[in-house]
Amino acid sequence: MISPGLSVTIASDTDLLLTRTFAASRRTVFAAFTRPELLRRWHGARGWNLVVCDVDLRPGGAWRFVSRGPGDAELGHGGLYVEVDTPGRLVQTEVYDGWDAGEALITTVFDEREGQTLMTATVRYPSREIRDSVLRTPMKRGAGEAYDRLDAVLHAMKGEPR
Amino acid sequence: MSTDLLDVTFAALADPTRRAILARLAQGEATVTELATPFAMSQPGVSKHLRVLEHAGLISRRRDAQRRPCRLEAAPLKDAMDWLAAYRDSWEESYQRLDALLGELQAGPDETS
Repeated sequence: MISPGLSVTIASDTDLLLTRTFAASRRTVFAAFTRPELLRRWHGARGWNLVVCDVDLRPGGAWRFVSRGPGDAELGHGGLYVEVDTPGRLVQTEVYDGWDAGEALITTVFDEREGQTLMTATVRYPSREIRDSVLRTPMKRGAGEAYDRLDAVLHAMKGEPR
Repeated sequence: MSTDLLDVTFAALADPTRRAILARLAQGEATVTELATPFAMSQPGVSKHLRVLEHAGLISRRRDAQRRPCRLEAAPLKDAMDWLAAYRDSWEESYQRLDALLGELQAGPDETS
């Protein structure tokens, strides 16, 4: 199968929309998104790997990931599962360490068609201002936020020392 | 790349009417009157959107006798698209690792039940 790749779009004032197709059943994809021993094998933007991966997969259960990246920088985030509807739908909150105001609600839907699974993830911030702050802050602080990964990637591509 | 400018760009792009205005301007310059017609919107309404787009640097307006035609400015739009593309590429690598893992899981014994 030729994968169309990840699509990222600004869906509204508060939402980022991510879509991706996988060549596997949604039961398998759902497992890869929710089982720590599987998550550790793939999860993380370029240069980042999970060093902590705790998942309590039930409504009200907590999840927590810590990733380690370039220069041993660590990035922690976590939240609570709101809905767990195996293997079709997962709703969870997400907040990055030290950024309480930036809590996002992530709704991930897995649709299976002819053996392939379409993932649709909607990341909703409480307001446009908070979304923009979350997007902006990490690059200003230089470390400790999700989008800092991107900053690291951009620096690495330019060959600049970190 | 200025992240503050990106914020302004993304905020400007978040509105469907403003995206439609940009799509129209991608075909060529237009005046406020010309832009208001297809959107069933008052000229002040359209002007408000145009001010947001102008502030974000996505359009410019020049004086041409009594007309003030608007034109699309591509550079901030390209920065925003580049940012999204870099974010996407960074995460796409993660999903490609997942592709490989899923291949293993599908081929091997059923570990997921």
